[in-house]
Amino acid sequence: MTARLWAAIAAVLLGMLLLVAPAGATTPAASSPVSAGASEEAAETVQGTVRDPDREPLEGITITVTQDGEEIGSAVTDAEGSWAVPLPGPGSYTVTLDVSGLPEGVAPRAEGGEVLDGVTVRPGASQGVIFQLGTGEVEEGGAAIPVARVLQLVVDGIKFGAIIAITAVGLSLVFGTTKLINFAHGEFVTIGAVTAYFLSTAPGNLPIVLAAVLAMAVGGAVAGGVEVGLWRPLRRRGAGLIQMFIVAIGLSLLLRHLILIVFGSRRQQYDEYSLQTAWTLGPVRITPRDLVITVLAFAIMIGVAVMLQRTRIGTAMRAVNDNKDLAEASGIDVQRVILVVWVLGGALAAIGGVFFGLTQAIYSEMGFELLLLMFAGVILGGLGSAYGAMLGSLVIGLVSQLSTLWFPASLAYMWALLVMIIVLLVRPQGILGRRERVG
Amino acid sequence: MSDDRHEDLLAQRESVHEQEQEREDTPSVGARRAAAALAGVANVPGVAKPDAILVADDMSRHFGGVRAVEVEHLEIQRGTITALIGPNGAGKSTFFNLTTGFDRPNSGRWSFDGKDISGAPSFRIARQGMVRTFQLTKALTRLTSLENLMLGATGQRGERLLTSLLRPTWAAQEAGIRHRAEELLARFNLAHMRDEFAGTMSGGQRKLLEMARALMVQPDMILLDEPMAGVNPALTQSLLGHIEALRDEGMTIVLVEHDMDVIMSISDWVVCFAQGKVIAEGRPDDIRRDTAVIDAYLGTHRSLQEDQT
Amino acid sequence: MDVLAVLSVAVRGALGPEAAIYALAAIGLNIHFGYTGLLNFGQVGFMLVGAYGTAISVLSFDAPLWAGVLVGMACAVVLALILGIPTLRLRGDYLAIATIAAAEVLRYLYRSSFAEPVTGGVFGLVQFAGEFYAVNPYTAPLELGPLRFNERALWLMTVAWGITFLAAGLVWLLVHSPWGRVLRAVREDEDAARSLGKNVFAYKMQALVLGGVLGALAGSLLAINSQAITPDAFIPIITFYLWTIMILGGASRVLGPILGSIVFWFLLTFLDAFLRGAMSAGWIPGFLLAPSDIGAVRFAAVGLGLMLLMVFRPAGLIGNQKELRLDVR
Ligand SMILES: Nc1ncnc2c1ncn2[C@@H]1O[C@H](COP(=O)(O)OP(=O)(O)OP(=O)(O)O)[C@@H](O)[C@H]1O
Ligand SMILES: [Mg+2]
Repeated sequence: MTARLWAAIAAVLLGMLLLVAPAGATTPAASSPVSAGASEEAAETVQGTVRDPDREPLEGITITVTQDGEEIGSAVTDAEGSWAVPLPGPGSYTVTLDVSGLPEGVAPRAEGGEVLDGVTVRPGASQGVIFQLGTGEVEEGGAAIPVARVLQLVVDGIKFGAIIAITAVGLSLVFGTTKLINFAHGEFVTIGAVTAYFLSTAPGNLPIVLAAVLAMAVGGAVAGGVEVGLWRPLRRRGAGLIQMFIVAIGLSLLLRHLILIVFGSRRQQYDEYSLQTAWTLGPVRITPRDLVITVLAFAIMIGVAVMLQRTRIGTAMRAVNDNKDLAEASGIDVQRVILVVWVLGGALAAIGGVFFGLTQAIYSEMGFELLLLMFAGVILGGLGSAYGAMLGSLVIGLVSQLSTLWFPASLAYMWALLVMIIVLLVRPQGILGRRERVG
Repeated sequence: MSDDRHEDLLAQRESVHEQEQEREDTPSVGARRAAAALAGVANVPGVAKPDAILVADDMSRHFGGVRAVEVEHLEIQRGTITALIGPNGAGKSTFFNLTTGFDRPNSGRWSFDGKDISGAPSFRIARQGMVRTFQLTKALTRLTSLENLMLGATGQRGERLLTSLLRPTWAAQEAGIRHRAEELLARFNLAHMRDEFAGTMSGGQRKLLEMARALMVQPDMILLDEPMAGVNPALTQSLLGHIEALRDEGMTIVLVEHDMDVIMSISDWVVCFAQGKVIAEGRPDDIRRDTAVIDAYLGTHRSLQEDQT
Repeated sequence: MDVLAVLSVAVRGALGPEAAIYALAAIGLNIHFGYTGLLNFGQVGFMLVGAYGTAISVLSFDAPLWAGVLVGMACAVVLALILGIPTLRLRGDYLAIATIAAAEVLRYLYRSSFAEPVTGGVFGLVQFAGEFYAVNPYTAPLELGPLRFNERALWLMTVAWGITFLAAGLVWLLVHSPWGRVLRAVREDEDAARSLGKNVFAYKMQALVLGGVLGALAGSLLAINSQAITPDAFIPIITFYLWTIMILGGASRVLGPILGSIVFWFLLTFLDAFLRGAMSAGWIPGFLLAPSDIGAVRFAAVGLGLMLLMVFRPAGLIGNQKELRLDVR
């Protein structure tokens, strides 16, 4: 029986490979010079001219523009070697040159030079991008993966992972104390980012630091309000977990599209800190803004850990997490603890949203996209373990960035989700999770 | 507690004692058969039995630092009622989980009816004829009592995806199963709940339902985890009667039980667990006097009882 | 605003091919959740492989359309196996997240540039269902008062509703058999079912495959209906629609998804048409809501509806309220 099962699986996997093989073997067909995915009225573009080391233009090279792993558009160079991709809005993009189209003996001058990260486009601007091509003599270390690029991606991964981590802590704490998988947690992230956007742009024009603090307050208040107005009454009525889970999905849909109506469908940037020159620290480049954000995110994580370990309310949270009934019996005001967890989780999600908005962009779907990565982090670490959530999120951030070493950037999120599914296969309870007892 | 209820309870307890007395006075066929089979067996932990149906070797299960089960060797004699006793947390339920495939041990091998079943999945062990009930009942809440029982029958043709679409292939078998389920429901005083959702049942009724459901599998051996917990004393007596009848029909029964009076009255053999280990086994009367058992279990149990009354 | 026009648009929505297709996918979901208790939040992934299996077979391999539909269903079987083997052993809530993630993984994969030669990448595929429309037996449109269905819609509705009711009949047979009883037992308590010798994993897998195949069939019909598919049409919101439909009608009821879909699409198209009418009549000031916001309002309304349903009537329209009260998990 098992042998037959495995044989069947093997056959199926083989079949899949055969199906995918033709896809991998053929080179991408030339796509139209100006591709869909960018709306017509787009004012912003990235453009450039691709020339070989002898300054001769190169025709037929595919250039792809992505943002946080999402493909925005692509273009193919014309006879003059020039190309242009319209953009949905100002922001920070990644521009990638398809090296497979380069003639023999031509390669990026620096390793990894075919990918230009963090190309920042101002409102209304047509941003020029230059790919530096050389004779293909690699400067260091043969065909191996360049160390500098790995280090750069590790830094980016840690930055991204830290942002996921501070948003995921709340998700994990809420699950630990109420057993609810809060599908609407991503919306707290978006609410934070959008609140800070409205506060920091006209007419308020608050400094972003102040706006971020206020956004945290709003995020915490919304989460606390949802707990008091929705979840607490539902628990009183003895609602089942699946029931509450589906209510959370409804809430997520509702909030996300209310935000969409208020905020619009365009991607936006904060006015401040959106354009910065990167510092070069050894082999790694990072903007001062991103460095500060990463450090802050880690400080917040440490702060949460200290709170959980040292303070009364933190101890109470862990107690409720371990065993709600026991905690209740030993005199802990469980309802109050749960409320604090929601407010804390909402505030952390909101500041995570501001960070994400600063490093990437603000848009109504951002929270939902992050939510799946948060889930991945939380599950990887083990549902209900706050430290596990932080650790798992860092892993997810790293995986998504490092995957671009081998695979297209548009698949970065996919790899993160795949890693989660695979980890579940090997260790269903997550890295730091506990197994439950039967019977 | 009001005086009235107290007296009620006392009266009930007395009648229970009478019934127990009766049973001890006139041992059934099965009891005599079991006693004869176990006659030459010594009272030492891990002793070999003449006709063991379940044999466990070097079984261990650790949870972090807790050694929940550490059994060097244990045999269960076929056709007997074996009681598993031991203080709370001694590892009795965990031992059940391990032998029935609901949990994986850190090490160990065990065989049922001569066949090695170490590491086999739980459903396969159940199909081989070893069925268990759970300490925390698992009633299938949104199935009726009758459906709960009918589910227990094995080898149902209609449970296969393709044949399930062809009613004539399984209609006759289904009728037979329904008949047997109805009989068992009546035997366990649940006939009136036939078409009620199991979720509407009381705790004690669920215990009964679970035991009846396990019997629908027609097992050779049944492991009962505290079947009498929460069942009222009068019904407990009739339950004990059922259990003895099953033994007399040749079934092997292992039950976890905390009530010493019940254990003394019904079991042919007693195995005492403490901190995961088998610290003593023997006939009920010998176990009663075993100092290790008294230290580990009876001592605390008795003193607790005395505190309450 | 013409109330009659708005109503007739809404009735069209309730009877149209989309309502049938969503009902079919929701029937699959009902096998998963309603009868087996599997929290599948990746049903849209099955629809995706069904749609693409059909389109790719026709466009890349010149297969006849019916074979393409079969290929789509076979892809669903493969997906169910690949998805089920790691995830069906997991606790319910893990399964929910794993399935939604798997559906997203598929979407990313199908829209990626390296899959573009086969899947058309972000642009998707078009014009593969000509065969279907070539055999359309209807030669005249149907007019019922203000309601008008053209030949194309009639043909689609006939096939889609026909398949949907066939699927409902199949589900009725299955759940009223001992097989269905085991499924419901697995839903209530896996360990109890195991302790009675039921191979829980196998039953869950059968349920996943069966419901997934119905989802894939719905995906194929969706592709045939629009003659154009892109990966980004298969976003998680579709799955949430299906959940709303299933719960609205009544989970673990054979006709629940069908009724749910009809009511759902009636309300949704009604809201759409009503808002449009109200806007053009100037009832809603432009600064409050622009015509481009109608899509968002629709999604928000689904979210709110799902919440209200789950809070106030979790058993749906024809569900058994008594049964639901026992659901304490
Ligand atoms: N899944 C688990 N995780 C951690 N510890 C466990 C688990 N299952 C059992 N234990 C521990 O193993 C020990 C034995 O537990 P078990 O349930 O087997 O005791 P028992 O003899 O059945 O007790 P009782 O008479 O109270 O039912 C206990 O200390 C318990 O805390
Ligand atoms: Mg126990």
